[in-house]
Amino acid sequence: MRVLVGVKRVIDYAVKIRVRPDKKAVETANVKMSMNPFDEIAMEEAVRLKEKKSATEVVAVSIGPTAAQEQLRTALAMGADRAVHVVTDDELVPLSVAKVLAALVAKEQPKMVLLGKQAIDDDSNQTGQMLAALLGWPQGTFASELQVASESELRVTREIDGGLETLRMSLPAVVTTDLRLNEPRYATLPNIMKAKKKKLDKLSLADLGVSLRSHLTTLHVDEPPKRGAGIKVDSVETLVDKLKNEAKVI
Amino acid sequence: MAAMLRATALRARPTARMLTARRSLSTLLIAEHDGKTLNPATLSALTAATEIGKPVTVLVGGENAKDAATAAASAAGVSSVVLLENAALAHGLPETWAPVVVAMQKEGGFTHVVAASSSFSKGVLPRVAALLDVAQISDVLQVKDENTFVRPIYAGNALSTVQSHDEIKVMTIRPTAFEKAAAEGGSASVTEGTVEVVAAKDVAWLSEEVKKSDRPELASAKTVISGGRGLKSAENFAMLDSIALKLNAAVGASRAAVDSGMCANDMQVGQTGKVVAPDLYIAVGISGAIQHLAGMKDSKTIVAINKDPEAPIFQVADYGVVDDLFKAVPELESRLEQK
Repeated sequence: MRVLVGVKRVIDYAVKIRVRPDKKAVETANVKMSMNPFDEIAMEEAVRLKEKKSATEVVAVSIGPTAAQEQLRTALAMGADRAVHVVTDDELVPLSVAKVLAALVAKEQPKMVLLGKQAIDDDSNQTGQMLAALLGWPQGTFASELQVASESELRVTREIDGGLETLRMSLPAVVTTDLRLNEPRYATLPNIMKAKKKKLDKLSLADLGVSLRSHLTTLHVDEPPKRGAGIKVDSVETLVDKLKNEAKVI
Repeated sequence: MAAMLRATALRARPTARMLTARRSLSTLLIAEHDGKTLNPATLSALTAATEIGKPVTVLVGGENAKDAATAAASAAGVSSVVLLENAALAHGLPETWAPVVVAMQKEGGFTHVVAASSSFSKGVLPRVAALLDVAQISDVLQVKDENTFVRPIYAGNALSTVQSHDEIKVMTIRPTAFEKAAAEGGSASVTEGTVEVVAAKDVAWLSEEVKKSDRPELASAKTVISGGRGLKSAENFAMLDSIALKLNAAVGASRAAVDSGMCANDMQVGQTGKVVAPDLYIAVGISGAIQHLAGMKDSKTIVAINKDPEAPIFQVADYGVVDDLFKAVPELESRLEQK
């Protein structure tokens, strides 16, 4: 079976972000960019499925600016067989991304689409669910364990609010990854070199025949309110006293 | 952009359309419940719903949900309750739930469909939005008007004010950002839902491992004590339980504590775990990575106990104790006893 893996280029998780002075967005110029951490987990899982012979081909896809090729090369170095880059400079809401992915699914005919559960930039946590809805496929979101039981059946253990739950679903399906699904591998230098020779197709939104419309306008982006400066107390005794008499929380 | 949109709307159909839209605001709130009462998070989402657009209709679905529907009817601000008793809704499968919510929206002409952010709503609502061909707005922190909402991005390090152009707004509400509506004082009617429930064939619920605890629920506890890498082992982590018992607190954890197996993953506080905003948050042996702060920095009072004076947690802590937690935590416990 063919597995499609979504990869998003985002500001690196360790970067302390800054709001742009015009308050229209977050500063992205000269900021370190990386593959969304949840997508790395999706990529790793797809490669493991291939190593277990459950998957025959792993296709990494990214929708975004030209620079998103870097993240696709990383995906290829991790073990994707080929990559598809849908080039656009527009900021797409998850519904629009899901529509583009649905068009790619129609083209590529995968049996499974693996996505991260959320992108760490917009924190939406929507794309996988929306794609599943558009395709009429079942969804295994927040997966912490994935078992391909047969050509047509999947078992997904999901992280839910009170613990874990296990679902059985038929393939094709959309799966979104939670942190604990796996530990993504590092791309080795030889694999990074090999990745340069792998196929990376470029498509435009027009090539895929998807028409998108605007759903949301970001009016402004602000810094969250700052907390007032705290104090360091010298002993637990003082701490308990402050909590009782000053903050009155115990 | 906003002006342009307004112009488009006006051209499409003159002012009457906007007036009609304004008059016919109505919100559908998807309830989460335990069969008896509404979840505290749903009561917070109810507050947001009443700010967005009344009347508010609450959908209570599931098996043996009659008592929960009665409870919803007495919550303040609820106009009506629709009860859908159906075993197919019991485990919250989005493949079954989403078409039901879509049918409810179409039947009732709701302008807004909302639910508290939870693993259930995160599964269902984006599916609903896609079926309605509208965007979803996740984790709403503030309602500016019926089209304009504030939500966190970049792990809460920026707040984005977004305006929706969709006819129907689908959104999840961050419960900690809204006060809980009163569970009593309402007098809504309960009606049996008429939309058809069709159990999804392509997915089946097999089992769950849900942790039972007599401690308050993490997301709604007034006090939370959380442990991190500094606790070093599951045995040490258990140290927090006895303090939690004295404070009637819930126990949380950082990702490091979960990943190293000190505690269960549903205890994780942060960008990818639970978001809490208790009156008192005590961080023990937690450095305070961006992703952890995203889940707790709206707590009223934050206490940090850490031996590293440079730990970023001290930048958000109201009270910090720079000390070895293996000394400070037992002392804290004994001092709590003496109060």
